[in-house]
Amino acid sequence: MGSEIKLKKKDFQSDQDVRWCPGCGDYSILAQVQKTFAELEVNRDETVIISGIGCSSRFPYYMTTYGMHSIHGRAPTFATGLKVSRPDLNVWVITGDGDSLSIGGNHLIHAMRRNVDLKILLFNNRIYGLTKGQYSPTSEPGKRTPSTPLGSIDNPFDPINVVLGAGATFVARAIDTDTKHLQEMLKRAANHKGTAIIEIYQNCNVFNDGAFVQITSKDVRDDQQVRLEHGQPMVFAGGAKGIRFSGLGTPEVVEVGDGDGQVPLDQVAKHDETLQSPAYAFALAQLKYPDFPTPVGVFRAVDRPTYDEAVNTQTRQAVEATPKRDLASLWNQGEIWDAK
Amino acid sequence: MATSTTPTGQETSGARPTIEVESVVIRFAGDSGDGMQLTGSEFTKASAVAGNDLSTLPDYPAEIRAPTGTLFGVSGFQLQFASHEVFTPGDQPDVLVAMNPAALKTNLPDLVSGGSIIVNTAAFTKPNLTKAKYGSNPIEDGSLEGYQVFPVDISGLTKECLKDTDLNAKSIDRCKNYFALGMTFWMFNRPVDTALKSISQKFAKKRPELADANIAVFKAGYHYGETAEIFTQSIEVKRAEIAPGRYRNIMGNSATAIGLVTGAALAEVPLVYAGYPITPASTILHELSRYRGYGTTTLQVEDEIAAAGAAIGASFGGAMGVTASSGPGIALKAEAMGLAVSLELPLVVVNVQRGGPSTGLPTKTEQSDLLQMIYGRNGESPVAVLAARTPSDCFHCAIEAVRIAIKYMTPVVLMTDGYLANGAEPWRIPKVEDFAPFPARFRTDPAGFFPYMRDEKTLARAWVKPGTPGLAHRVGGLEKDALTGNVSYDPDNHQKMCELRRDKILRIRQEMDAVEVNGEREGDVLVVGWGSTYGAITKAVNELRNGGTKVSHAHIRWLNPLPPDLGELLKGFRRVLVPEMNLGQLVRLLRSEYLVDAVPLNKIQGKPFKVSEVTAAIQALLAN
Repeated sequence: MGSEIKLKKKDFQSDQDVRWCPGCGDYSILAQVQKTFAELEVNRDETVIISGIGCSSRFPYYMTTYGMHSIHGRAPTFATGLKVSRPDLNVWVITGDGDSLSIGGNHLIHAMRRNVDLKILLFNNRIYGLTKGQYSPTSEPGKRTPSTPLGSIDNPFDPINVVLGAGATFVARAIDTDTKHLQEMLKRAANHKGTAIIEIYQNCNVFNDGAFVQITSKDVRDDQQVRLEHGQPMVFAGGAKGIRFSGLGTPEVVEVGDGDGQVPLDQVAKHDETLQSPAYAFALAQLKYPDFPTPVGVFRAVDRPTYDEAVNTQTRQAVEATPKRDLASLWNQGEIWDAK
Repeated sequence: MATSTTPTGQETSGARPTIEVESVVIRFAGDSGDGMQLTGSEFTKASAVAGNDLSTLPDYPAEIRAPTGTLFGVSGFQLQFASHEVFTPGDQPDVLVAMNPAALKTNLPDLVSGGSIIVNTAAFTKPNLTKAKYGSNPIEDGSLEGYQVFPVDISGLTKECLKDTDLNAKSIDRCKNYFALGMTFWMFNRPVDTALKSISQKFAKKRPELADANIAVFKAGYHYGETAEIFTQSIEVKRAEIAPGRYRNIMGNSATAIGLVTGAALAEVPLVYAGYPITPASTILHELSRYRGYGTTTLQVEDEIAAAGAAIGASFGGAMGVTASSGPGIALKAEAMGLAVSLELPLVVVNVQRGGPSTGLPTKTEQSDLLQMIYGRNGESPVAVLAARTPSDCFHCAIEAVRIAIKYMTPVVLMTDGYLANGAEPWRIPKVEDFAPFPARFRTDPAGFFPYMRDEKTLARAWVKPGTPGLAHRVGGLEKDALTGNVSYDPDNHQKMCELRRDKILRIRQEMDAVEVNGEREGDVLVVGWGSTYGAITKAVNELRNGGTKVSHAHIRWLNPLPPDLGELLKGFRRVLVPEMNLGQLVRLLRSEYLVDAVPLNKIQGKPFKVSEVTAAIQALLAN
């Protein structure tokens, strides 16, 4: 898009009726993406959104970019093939907790280790919505659902832990209703070179209403969230509390201040998203309700060569090293003889 | 085949008494670590360079290095070379090179009666005989009477030859296959230079000392043949009268790879190949990875599904996306292939078939995935399916698969099998001018565009590259409106779309010439085959026709859709015989499609048909 024509949110809204349940957190995420794309002046024709299967994966139909609604769990594979062959395109992946961590877990971790230049939005609502409410790999243990009437018994995945373990170079967490912060995270992801993943806490008001209410509702959020801001001390509760790491990276909540039993601000951990070792980001990912405030923001943002770039560099070098690239030279290889 | 070694000339004069024959079938057999595949390949190369027509059959266990000396660890490589056209690797070896008792035991039943056996006597030790379940030494107990046995202490002579080198005993022993190769080179008067060049190329870079050792051992074997006087004569197989031109040896998977690169070049689109290692398809990935210099992108991804996904993603972006696998891997790709049917994007899927079900017989050949490829997806999910008939035909079929995939915006399945994949034959290198380019056309005009509007002739929708201004659109696996491509649950629209997808595949019939028939277009028996049974059927039908039998042969390249004139052709014959390496799959299609009382001939043993098996079935059909 030329800079003289200012893009608006509605330039990214397709003519298709949005069919999510009224009140679904997906509406907000869609709106923030459309708004952010407009602000970033994203070129619709050079952007492709690829999704898997699930409620969130209807997303591409509602955007005016190129899009593909693919099959369950496999969106990163289509996106990888596309990005490698067309590094000029912006490729975004929309997925959910079931899509990316259950049926598609393999592709998610391999996208991370390769560092393909993809932007992955993981809508985590801790439930299977489209199939009517079964527990998901991020559901809390003991979840009673139609498939687990006695309560689920398996331990959940934490998406941030999984992707950090797989070598992700950009990892963030955002919340569907915290629109300003979500937009900020989307911008950060858009500008990251390599795989960028944002876990978005998304409320499913039909099958798992209030899944995150204990950390997102207005009355508790200041106490239950800690904003990760690069170079800033990790404080929450209006600055009254902070996170300190002691010993071998063990976190603790401290009262911040100069009084008795309080800890001065300079002893509170200062967030650094650029550390090469993922150990610190991994430690942050262990901060969980109810013992700790939930970190929201960018856990990790580091540079590593991207897979798509490496593949294309290899190809370019191989092409340069092959002066004769015609069909005859392709066919005339190996032991050759003439019959008269 | 006994007849193939019938002497056709007198002994020639000179130092080397030579007898001339038309064709020879030789099989090298040994432990899976004995280098039999390498030995067979060297012999093949030299025979090709000597101007013989040939066909090969590697046969090895799935285990990389099975325990030594065991019956199940035997690896074999069979080759027929001749002064006339060769269609198969031969029904029965005339010559068997057995490197140990297990190799002798497992391969002896196949040998032609009166055939020659070269045995490595050093390996016939008590423990090895026990492992091969021999009560006594067959070389000494008279049980090989009726064969011409050449007992040679191959291991001992190899050791002797390398005694002054620094190689350790293990490395020395591993050179022994080159002694055997040298002997056979003398025996069959093969060009020595080819092997010398090839050995030094193979080892020169990594271990030059092994190149020297293997060359020394190879020469020792050759000279042993000449001087030891155990072979009374050498055998001459004259050049075959093959069409003039430039030749190379080609294996099926190499031909597939080269064909894919060629197809994409003719379509003027980049080739993106995504694969996951699986026997016997992996060498397509290896081969294509050697062609990165031609702009080919190859990706080894995390699983079979990802391979199909990456290929489809590449096609969405305007490249020719290709993936290959074998049955078990193809099963995993099924859902993604269904998506490609729905998205209506070009995709080529190569299935190098192997024995099934499940993991089955990874290194053995079979044709049991035909119905899997045609029907093995949920919903009405038609794809185009074609099959290659010889190793070099894989080249032409791969080009055709690319052309049709793009022209009809559809997945195309190319079926080969383990026998074609690893089998080799001389290939007359084509001329570039024989191939007309078929450049892919991408839509760029936004005026009046809808994603699912169709070409009237092919019913293909337009291929649009993301990045094209004004043409942004969404595709997906949900049913789409027949014009706009928007999600549609409309009942009539769904029926229309299912019929359109079916009809689009049927339109591929307009690309086909009349079915080629070897023989008359009517008669007593029509043998209908597909894929790698081509050689055995051709040879059997030719032999019977020479004897006056009214039998013809049609080999079907397109399995879906079937050729438009096939039904008429079938009506011209009293009986129809369908040989397949499965329990009857094409025969089922023919019976249901044409209501013809076609008779199956099924072999499902992990081995190709013998000519004699096809001949016998035709004769039996004629007899009743």
